[in-house]
Amino acid sequence: MTMTDLDKPLQDMLVLDFSQFLSGPSASLRLADMGARVIKVERSGIGDICRTLYISNMELDGDSTLFHSINRNKESLALDLKNPTELDVIKKLIGKADVMIGNFRPGVMERLGLSYEHVKLINPQIIYGEITGYGHNGPWRDKPGQDLLVQSLSGLAYLNGDAEQPPMPFGLAVADMMAGAQLAQGILACLVRRGVTSHGALVQASLLEATLDFQFEVLTTYLNEGKSPVRSSVHNAHAYLGAPYGIYRTKDGYLALAMGSVVELGHLLGCPEMTMYTDSSEWSTKRDEIKRILAAHLLHETTELWLSKLEPADYWCADVLSWDRLLKHEGFQTLQMTQQVTRSNGASLMTTRCPIRIDRAYMTSPKGSPRIGEHNEAILQEIAGM
Amino acid sequence: MKPLEGIVVLDFSQFLSGPSAALRLADLGARVIKIERPGSGDSCRQLSLHNLMSDGDSLLFHTINRNKESYAANLKDPEDLAKVIKLISHADVIIENFRPGTMDKLGLGYEDVKLMNPKIIYGSVTGYGKTGPWRNKPGQDLLVQSLSGLAYLNGNADQPPVPFALAAADMFTGAHLVQGILACLIRRGRTGVGGLIEVSLLESILDFQFEVLTTHLNDGGQPPVRSSVNNAHAYLGAPYGIYETADGYLALAMGSVIRLSELLNCPALAAYSDPKSWFLQRDEIKRILVEHLLTQPTQGWLDVLEPADYWCADVLTWERLLAHEAFQELDMVQEISRPGSQPIKITRCPIKINGMRPESTKWAPWVGENNAKLEEEFHLVEPTAKGERQV
Repeated sequence: MTMTDLDKPLQDMLVLDFSQFLSGPSASLRLADMGARVIKVERSGIGDICRTLYISNMELDGDSTLFHSINRNKESLALDLKNPTELDVIKKLIGKADVMIGNFRPGVMERLGLSYEHVKLINPQIIYGEITGYGHNGPWRDKPGQDLLVQSLSGLAYLNGDAEQPPMPFGLAVADMMAGAQLAQGILACLVRRGVTSHGALVQASLLEATLDFQFEVLTTYLNEGKSPVRSSVHNAHAYLGAPYGIYRTKDGYLALAMGSVVELGHLLGCPEMTMYTDSSEWSTKRDEIKRILAAHLLHETTELWLSKLEPADYWCADVLSWDRLLKHEGFQTLQMTQQVTRSNGASLMTTRCPIRIDRAYMTSPKGSPRIGEHNEAILQEIAGM
Repeated sequence: MKPLEGIVVLDFSQFLSGPSAALRLADLGARVIKIERPGSGDSCRQLSLHNLMSDGDSLLFHTINRNKESYAANLKDPEDLAKVIKLISHADVIIENFRPGTMDKLGLGYEDVKLMNPKIIYGSVTGYGKTGPWRNKPGQDLLVQSLSGLAYLNGNADQPPVPFALAAADMFTGAHLVQGILACLIRRGRTGVGGLIEVSLLESILDFQFEVLTTHLNDGGQPPVRSSVNNAHAYLGAPYGIYETADGYLALAMGSVIRLSELLNCPALAAYSDPKSWFLQRDEIKRILVEHLLTQPTQGWLDVLEPADYWCADVLTWERLLAHEAFQELDMVQEISRPGSQPIKITRCPIKINGMRPESTKWAPWVGENNAKLEEEFHLVEPTAKGERQV
């Protein structure tokens, strides 16, 4: 079931999004998913640099597929913010907006006269969201706020991959995605408060803080234990969890095993060697030794056979699916997780939908991403009528 | 004033996904009351990393449950249930992450609760949604990662699928739940209507992959191919990755291979003048870089790349990070202690509001720590006609 626009919770909210790439735009995408009207404010001509950031060289209708997926369900207003007349246009819009988002390096919005201190004089009730790479102070404030670089500085890469490998980054933009999610949470919380007190707010998140928060469970362990994390040398899946935690090869594929008793696993899999590890503290201290035995044993049979022994016992296990197999599976299809979005000129794209369901309905929108300045005329007319 | 001051959250959830959402709501000012089983409480209390415990609970539990209260109640006992139902009438938000059907059996499903409190915002976390063949599978992070395709994006091409080595599904699901709950609180402020928010680990981890999954959905279904050389992103071209140097490591993000050739004085890279080749011949280019970067220490390379604003960074361990001024400047760590116990070091909320990080020194509660106070405050134990108190 798809929710009507009128029922979406952020119906009537106006968001001005000055941000580029992924972190800020992923936050405004979520606000758009939940019913807000999002206007991307872009530089005339070039627009959001993400338009030309291709992944695997893929583009559609002149923009990268990356751009399309992040910016569906938004409008575009292209302006030159260094031109005083066009800056005035933006200031008028700011007067009407509920939320404003930026992710420039520190100082850029100040120079344009669009910092929170400036903006709150125009609109004291505005919620002003800001993402930086590393915060506004300290020696890293001017470093490029890019996902891989933040992962690298945050210690995250020393948790991922096997022990003998160099530090291995997480293979997706996890810092961007987390920072966007944190920003959206802060903005929404301040909108809740504004409903009660009418106060606006400045909400700040950074890629570094979001990535540290993402590590909070294990970082806390380090802070109190003082020992560096040691990745497993056998199919590492979590530096702080004992055997059998990991993904293993089988005769015909792979098998994931989460936390559980090594002894019970030995019995269920018919592997007597494992049943010897009766002291559960050894599942951590002899993690790699146990995982090696398990890795050798699991190669003997197919994934399906192992699952048929483990699942009836409710042992935490799963097949390891490629997208190809996942997308064909009823478990995926039942989610109705994809939607088609279409640009005003007909160019269309399959993408995912918002992962949140409200009142048992999905929130989708057929509206594709905007071309640069596509909505200038309409928005300028609206402003003239204000 | 913290933004969610005055909001009361009853959190029935355990482990990480639900409790991490409740933690963020608490950070932002909500009053969070954990509803726990008498005696053992949240199972996470006994789930330790490296056997680290503090005052009878795992350090993990302390980390996730700081700044919350605990109300111990046996939901299968009618008297306890009646008290919880009274609490529900005072609550703004409920969070639960049981397997589908559990709350319904207790008479605490959304349809039941809505009758008790029509304005309630009810947040529900499952592993795989409430329908379909996977609905009763264990909703555990690694298993969801494994079913979602995520593990085929991580690690090098010659490795088996490599999971992301943290509870990414739990963490994203918690964040999405918070987003849905807050959006519905905003709607409630406007319309007076409550709402049901449903998230699942699987949908959230698919959303986490949305950029690359969208590419797959539109490129004719080609499988992702991880780099065989220092993979960092299956869909990005050279030089994207972390490389070994003479004394450590260097991270290189997206950027011109030609520019890199000039800056690093590596003529072999100059041959790749067509930007499309940076993706198509990714591994070949990265192999040249691997050889070349080994010849100098990390700082030597940074000294050349940073002044040119080429996207690069050192690769820090926590030890080096925590000693760094840039980390200290963030003020991300706080000490919290339960009365009578040693203080423990815990991270803070990553969001700043009006330039300030929301703070609280409230420790993770003992099971049932706040029963007496909550029973009095919300009049959970009604005087009978004779003036005696029901047990």
